[in-house]
Amino acid sequence: MRELLEKLERLDRRIIFIFIGLSVAIPLILPVNLDFSVTAPVKSLYDTIESLPPGSKVLVSCDYDPGSMPELYPMNVAVFHHLLSRNLKIISMQLWATGTLLADRAMAETLKDFPDKKYGVDWVNLGFKEGREVVMVSMGTNIPKTFPTDSRGNKVEDLPIMQGVKTFDDIALLMNVSGGLPGTKEWVLQVQSRYHVKLGSGCTAVSAPEFYPYVQSGQLVGLLGGMKGAAEYEKLIHRPGTAQRGMDAQSVSHVVVFVFILIGNVAFFSVKGLKKRLKASR
Amino acid sequence: MPFWDTVGIWLGAFLTLCIFSFLYKDNPFYKLAEHVFVGISAGYWATLEYHNVFRPNLWDPLTKDGRLLLLIPFAFGILLFSRFTNRFGWLSRWPMALIIGIYAGITIVGYGSGDLILQIHANLLPLWTDHWLTSVNNILLTVGVITGLIYFFFSKEHKGALGTGAKVGIWFLMISFGASFGYTVMSRMSLLIGRMYFLLGNWLHIIE
Repeated sequence: MRELLEKLERLDRRIIFIFIGLSVAIPLILPVNLDFSVTAPVKSLYDTIESLPPGSKVLVSCDYDPGSMPELYPMNVAVFHHLLSRNLKIISMQLWATGTLLADRAMAETLKDFPDKKYGVDWVNLGFKEGREVVMVSMGTNIPKTFPTDSRGNKVEDLPIMQGVKTFDDIALLMNVSGGLPGTKEWVLQVQSRYHVKLGSGCTAVSAPEFYPYVQSGQLVGLLGGMKGAAEYEKLIHRPGTAQRGMDAQSVSHVVVFVFILIGNVAFFSVKGLKKRLKASR
Repeated sequence: MPFWDTVGIWLGAFLTLCIFSFLYKDNPFYKLAEHVFVGISAGYWATLEYHNVFRPNLWDPLTKDGRLLLLIPFAFGILLFSRFTNRFGWLSRWPMALIIGIYAGITIVGYGSGDLILQIHANLLPLWTDHWLTSVNNILLTVGVITGLIYFFFSKEHKGALGTGAKVGIWFLMISFGASFGYTVMSRMSLLIGRMYFLLGNWLHIIE
């Protein structure tokens, strides 16, 4: 018994890697579609978008890179889809250079379901602007001046969608898809607290615990935390995507991690107890 | 599928497996993928900064529009490179001071109003409400905030009531660290799921 416990205590980490790999791969190949519930912060963002009158303009800042794509890209597509289905106008922008291609890709995927939506009328991509918080503050003064041209080189002031858009007062909702810095924290501190614009966020699971206090304080109207948040949103808009399909793998892999933590702790404390008893008997 | 897309997918799969091979042990394939990643990233960023920052913000306005005032930030930018020499390294402190000053000026307002004041305000909650669950939630939050702050109060030894408060604070901190760890595990699993989608879907076509 003691030998077994000691072996478990010194378990080769590569065995754990194999189990984790299998726990992710098998549910992807053989999905069982485990059910999951929608949490309040996700529902709150959904309800906020539902409450916006058709034709309202929503600014979506896609601040992420391919490194956080598995978590953020599905929620980017889901939010775009929801906005267009509600006939809301999307003004997309990026504070991460790598976000431009991803935002365009997410929009191209969304437009498959909305072939009648036109660039410059129903949606626009203002592109990437270097400057982090300086760009945010500058947008508070004048958005067209901060982004004189869009990502395609068109004059922003000439685009129909940008007519009447000057500052954050002309934006019904600001949605940030956040992969790190600059991201949701900066949008909250620099824009929401100054201009009191409605702000929603979709972020990586790592940064979600940092942003939940902003939901509780009302600084964020809603929050999508990681792949789970994206899956919940896909469920709300009835459009299953990669996040919802990944939930089986998430659940199984979490159970495996939990089991290994349990085994490790049981082995550690049992061996410790055995050694103590052995020492006392001598 | 176009030929170059297929080449891209096979190359991506090869580099992904090279990175995964580190899980077994360090090896030349991992090193190769690591060096390729660092090299391409550096090249990509240098090009991106040139086209997105240097040209539209400085070079084009300076050469095409004749905005000579931009020579001042240009000179400050050049001074940053003086760090490469021991003799003139001190000159880089001027642009650094400017950058830090502007950044501090912008962020301090945001942190003051967005984090400090609004978060304190959000914690001033009624402990007794119409709904018992809200009351429990508010009491837990208030106790957690106060005891958490007590734990970080180091001007007096943690004994007696202060010690008890600090111990309770540790529990709240540990629970919050546990929640953060859980979210971190979820995030890492998501990344693995993303790679698995690529390997099993785009590469091997086992899944859609």
